[in-house]
Amino acid sequence: MNELISQLQTELPDFFGGSTDTALFSTSDGLILTLLLQLIPMALGLALSIPLAFARNATSVWIAKPVWMYTCLFRGTPMLVQLFLIYYGLAQFDIVKDSSLWDYLRDPYCCALLTFTLNTTAYTMEILAGQLRGIDWREIEAAQSLGMSRWKMNMHIVLPSALRRSLPAYSNEVIMLLHGTSIVSLVTLTDITGVARHIYSDTYNPFEPFMIAGAIYLMLTWLITRIFMKMERRWLAFLKPITANSRAKTQ
Amino acid sequence: MTMIFRKFGLALLLLTGMSLALAQQTLRIGIEGEYPPFNQIDQNGSLVGFDVDITHALCAEMKVQCKFVVQSWNGIIPALLSNKSDLIISSMAITEKRKEMLAFSNPYYFERAIFVAAKKSTLQITPEGLKGKVIGVQGATVFEKMLKEKYPGINVRVYTAVSDHNLDLVSGRIDAVLGSDLVMKPWLSSADAANFEIKGAPFVDVKYMGYGAGIAARKSDTALIAKVNAALEALHKNGQFDAISKKYFKDDISH
Repeated sequence: MNELISQLQTELPDFFGGSTDTALFSTSDGLILTLLLQLIPMALGLALSIPLAFARNATSVWIAKPVWMYTCLFRGTPMLVQLFLIYYGLAQFDIVKDSSLWDYLRDPYCCALLTFTLNTTAYTMEILAGQLRGIDWREIEAAQSLGMSRWKMNMHIVLPSALRRSLPAYSNEVIMLLHGTSIVSLVTLTDITGVARHIYSDTYNPFEPFMIAGAIYLMLTWLITRIFMKMERRWLAFLKPITANSRAKTQ
Repeated sequence: MTMIFRKFGLALLLLTGMSLALAQQTLRIGIEGEYPPFNQIDQNGSLVGFDVDITHALCAEMKVQCKFVVQSWNGIIPALLSNKSDLIISSMAITEKRKEMLAFSNPYYFERAIFVAAKKSTLQITPEGLKGKVIGVQGATVFEKMLKEKYPGINVRVYTAVSDHNLDLVSGRIDAVLGSDLVMKPWLSSADAANFEIKGAPFVDVKYMGYGAGIAARKSDTALIAKVNAALEALHKNGQFDAISKKYFKDDISH
């Protein structure tokens, strides 16, 4: 037991960008990299998926089909395959290597950000597009009867409602993305799983490092769930069943 | 109904008995399968290479059945320790650290470390010359440890397999690669590597690279290691080792 604790003590700092003789977070290895690979694609994906979700539902096939093709591709293949195609695959083409894009694509970190953004956008957009389609016709009728323009209706009624209703499904996507980031150690990046793999190959002992990695992912997942619970309580309050208590308040 | 169960149970008993008897005679050999020309999986999906030929010769000499267990490099020692294989015949360098948990045979070959970079690169193989450069290396190898400790201040990229860092060397993502001469030289003579060459002189650092490549077993399997050593000795005597060595390296790599 003591041996286990002393081993945890020497291994733990590695997961937070430190080591036994350097300060915590002196490098971005471990937790910081995992968080960056989670938050940046999440933010970009959310921003991109709003216009794309409307495009996905557009009546014109010239707008809707390409978006459908994109989600079909990115939801139809594993993220690891996408990462390998972007990291190793694109590097095979001289056009890519001679272009100014190569400055970014030669960096494994940029390749990972690109892959995760494209992947999470596809999923987020489908969640949102589904909620846009599933909107209550009475909300639309109400908006039309007030004489709202289409743009105004979408911005003030349809989108806010769809975004709210997307929350439960979206929280799943956020957790899936967090766990998906663990593949980056295969393209030389040292995220939480990467640190665990390094310790594993140094000590030949898989138990402690992967246990620590698992515990960190578990805590991050718990944190995400808490945040989404708070958000759902706030923004999905209208979906809660009416209790005697709340009825008394409204009357 | 009970008859059927009885018959079935008997058949099951016979089957397990048979497989147990078989397992006793079969040695499971842990091998990476991604380290050409020592071990790799060819286009037909079969294992080929120096380590594979040596294994076949050794098993014939020891008069045992052998079965390969293909296992990625960073998990090859844990697989042996958790009894998923019995021997590792996969170009494993005999280092002090590995000796703490494994029993090794006598070394069966020796290699040197080399840096490989583009022909047009002016890379100087000194601690100062390498500072700030991006160097690729296979993870969990003697070369990874040596690179990190001997040349501080370089940007180390750790890859799962040699073929991965070679791809990135060609695409220009990394400035150089540190690896074994016996592995990198055959690659250098391939068409992919036309613009690449060895930089600096090949070297051996016993502190990291140990005492050559050995065959590893669990520490308790001393009798097995003695058997392997005797078989290796016999292969040297009857000229089989020399023949296999020359087939892959045009040279005897056992010293």
